[in-house]
Amino acid sequence: MRKRPLILASVLAVATLLLSACSGSNNSASTSTGGSSFGEYEKDKAGGIVTFVASAAGGTLDPKVNYTAQYWQLYQASYDGLLGFKYADDAGSFEIVPNLAEALPEVSNDGKTLTFKLRKGIKFSDGSDVTVNDVKASFERIFKVLSPTAGGFYNGIVGADVCLKAPATCKLDQGVVVDAATNSVVLNLVAADETIQSKLAVPHAAINPASAPAKDAGTTIIPTTGPYMYKSYDPNKELIMVRNPYFKEWSHDAQPQGYPDEIHFKFGLTATAQVTAVQNDQANWMFDPIPSDRLNEIGTKYADQVHIQPLTAMWYLPMNVNIAPFNNVKARQAVNYALDRAAMVKIFGGEKLAAPVCSFLPPGFPGHVDYCQYTAGGSVESPASAWTAPDIEMAKKLVEESGTKGQKVGIVVSDDEVNKQMGEYIQSVLTEIGYKATLKPISGNIQFTYIQNTNNKVQISLSQWYQDYPAASDFLYILLSCGSFTPGSDSSINMAGYCNKGLDVKMQKAMTLGLTDPAAANKMWGDIDKEVMADAPVAVAFTPKQVDFISKGTKNYHFSKQYKMFVSQLQVK
Amino acid sequence: MSINEPASVTLSESPGKIALRTLARDRRSWISLSILGVILLLALIAPFYASSIAHTDPFKSTLNATINVGGVTRQVLEPSTEGLGLGITPIGPTGRPGTYFLGADNQGRDVAARLLYGARNTLFIGASAALVTILLSLLIGLIAGYRRGFVDSVLSRLLDVIWAFPVYLLSISLSVVLLTSGLSLGFIHVGPGSIALPIFIIGIVYIPYVARPIRGQVLALREREFVRAAVGSGAKHSTIIFREILPNVLPSVLVFIPIMFALAMLTESALSFLSIGVQPPQASWGTIINDGLGLLYTRPVVALAPGLLIVLTAASLNLFGDAVRDGLDPKTRARGDS
Repeated sequence: MRKRPLILASVLAVATLLLSACSGSNNSASTSTGGSSFGEYEKDKAGGIVTFVASAAGGTLDPKVNYTAQYWQLYQASYDGLLGFKYADDAGSFEIVPNLAEALPEVSNDGKTLTFKLRKGIKFSDGSDVTVNDVKASFERIFKVLSPTAGGFYNGIVGADVCLKAPATCKLDQGVVVDAATNSVVLNLVAADETIQSKLAVPHAAINPASAPAKDAGTTIIPTTGPYMYKSYDPNKELIMVRNPYFKEWSHDAQPQGYPDEIHFKFGLTATAQVTAVQNDQANWMFDPIPSDRLNEIGTKYADQVHIQPLTAMWYLPMNVNIAPFNNVKARQAVNYALDRAAMVKIFGGEKLAAPVCSFLPPGFPGHVDYCQYTAGGSVESPASAWTAPDIEMAKKLVEESGTKGQKVGIVVSDDEVNKQMGEYIQSVLTEIGYKATLKPISGNIQFTYIQNTNNKVQISLSQWYQDYPAASDFLYILLSCGSFTPGSDSSINMAGYCNKGLDVKMQKAMTLGLTDPAAANKMWGDIDKEVMADAPVAVAFTPKQVDFISKGTKNYHFSKQYKMFVSQLQVK
Repeated sequence: MSINEPASVTLSESPGKIALRTLARDRRSWISLSILGVILLLALIAPFYASSIAHTDPFKSTLNATINVGGVTRQVLEPSTEGLGLGITPIGPTGRPGTYFLGADNQGRDVAARLLYGARNTLFIGASAALVTILLSLLIGLIAGYRRGFVDSVLSRLLDVIWAFPVYLLSISLSVVLLTSGLSLGFIHVGPGSIALPIFIIGIVYIPYVARPIRGQVLALREREFVRAAVGSGAKHSTIIFREILPNVLPSVLVFIPIMFALAMLTESALSFLSIGVQPPQASWGTIINDGLGLLYTRPVVALAPGLLIVLTAASLNLFGDAVRDGLDPKTRARGDS
């Protein structure tokens, strides 16, 4: 996923790991990834108001439409699906647990039918009961409101094809069969989908009242099921969450009781003002990245309030393999050789906040192999074990050989401070190796979709990818498979336009192998990584870390790899 | 009111000579010209400073560079070694012309060298845009005021349309559009990122501010006896415009030049600050302030130095404009204000 606009298309492959334990079996079982749930609820520490600050609101509050990390973090404490991601630290947070469903689904019909039993006694924050009819209506609402993942995540439900064509009249009578008498929900799929449980755990599959509007609710509040509900929302000012009076903890793993009485999210503060607010205990946490000139101050004077979380993610440069000059593999390899990854790490904030890499799969990730083809002393044929320094002379030589020297290259980056600085650095490097490079900073709101659309003829850009779950396919298959390349579309996540059918077949094999032999699959992914990078459709720069800065009076910080900091678990009393 | 010519002024001297002498005696003009001269000199020596004194390429990112300061090797971008070790801080001013005199920016580039190169772009764009404004305004003002009638109506409405938009709103809008696509007007093609774009944009948006007063002046001159006499004697339109009217309009135009220069320079800095003027890695004072924005807490000099130069230059130009105005104004000369 991308950090701000969540691109959870990558969730598609999570079941490669998570469902490996239940594949081919009718018995559903959660796949533990090692994390343990939180301790018992400490009632004496509940109360108070938690205040967050951000430069801007995250857009619509509708959980079926919003696609930002900013609000998904809040949804975990307010909206619930049949399944959920576990409240656990670090890797444990990738575990899928039953949420509004009593248990993980019974899988039958060769994986095409999932049967859930809805918990009884759960109410929405408006006092109405959560019923199986709400479940069915919620699945239909995914299509009615044109949820951004309707076509990517839920198109496998029987009847979804019709709903995608005629959203307003969507009916999933065959796809979601409910029985009020037994409180059961049967989900029928067109074909077995090993990732379906992950898709059911994200906010777009949250259960809303059947009366929820059949369009994007925008700032209209939809009743919640979790410990918090939304009291008011003014995108220009503030979002206020208060306790849901009808909430009773039904699963400590899926939805534990929250600590603060209220959560206030204030908008309109610059990043610097946010830092000052947290320093002065006027806010408990800031959403935006810490400005580079405040990092040293925070790392020295407020070190005990800083949480640095390793992320399996990458900053990288997709190069359009279908237009000049990067339709020439030597030109792409030249960029890889020329890129001083240590310099980019410096722009990001230093070695404590990022690490240089040049393999596609991040270090510590399944399938990752320590290797670097594009470093001083390395080559495609004989890779070094790690990136050490750029090789400008080799880069210049490759540019000469490619016959692309002197060509114009436009670099498209987001217009925020860090991205612009990165862009200026890349421009300097491309100029040095022989291109006429120009920098095109555009608003971060549109850059991510702009660089995906081939109509915009983007030659090279700077982007980021953050993992949703630990599976190599989340990176390689999602970002570089032929199926992820849709010319002329804003949703063509394969920004390089790279399509290698031979590698596609290998990736499919690796995914299938992952169901039975994860170790062998990971080895295969490692080989695929090397093959991909030999073609160099992208230049990987570094892996970043998440920095959370919380106020002195804020306690009980927990971090989920899925949704970042657990907002409902913060204690201010 | 009686008008007493200063004792030193002889009636046989031309108004131009009188104005020049008055200007030469004006302390304001000397002070402002001295400051402007120094800034211009600094701008001119930018390549020499960068290559022979600072030994640096001010347009190249040097994030991993190291320098020797007082026998100690230091990184140009220094990682924090305290606390959690978060953040990187560019080296601060060393006070040594050869080694990051004013420190480095976020790309590890020499701020002093970029400041001098920035002066070249800022002054060049400011002066060129002012020239475009003055020449086009003069042309429009002369034609509209002299021809009157339909031509005047059309040109005046055109000026009204431009004037209807706030200067910065219009500049930003034009910049945003032209920055990505460039400009194509007949045989004129200006590529995106060219400094000709801010010159053109700034030159256009200020035209009404100069053209309208000139038009008004020409309208008044058109009714004066000497112009009527020229018309009556059968003189050509061009002769009337260039020999009778233009010389009487020129003093006003001369007063406008430094003022428009200052305004154009400020607008260029604003556009560059907003990343829609001079494009990286080129520098202007506006882009350097933008670069320094992210360093306000740690290296404020990066933003303050170009800001100070903008203030100095704009103040000097305005001061010089006042002196020119007074020098060309007989009433002021008569009062001996200067």
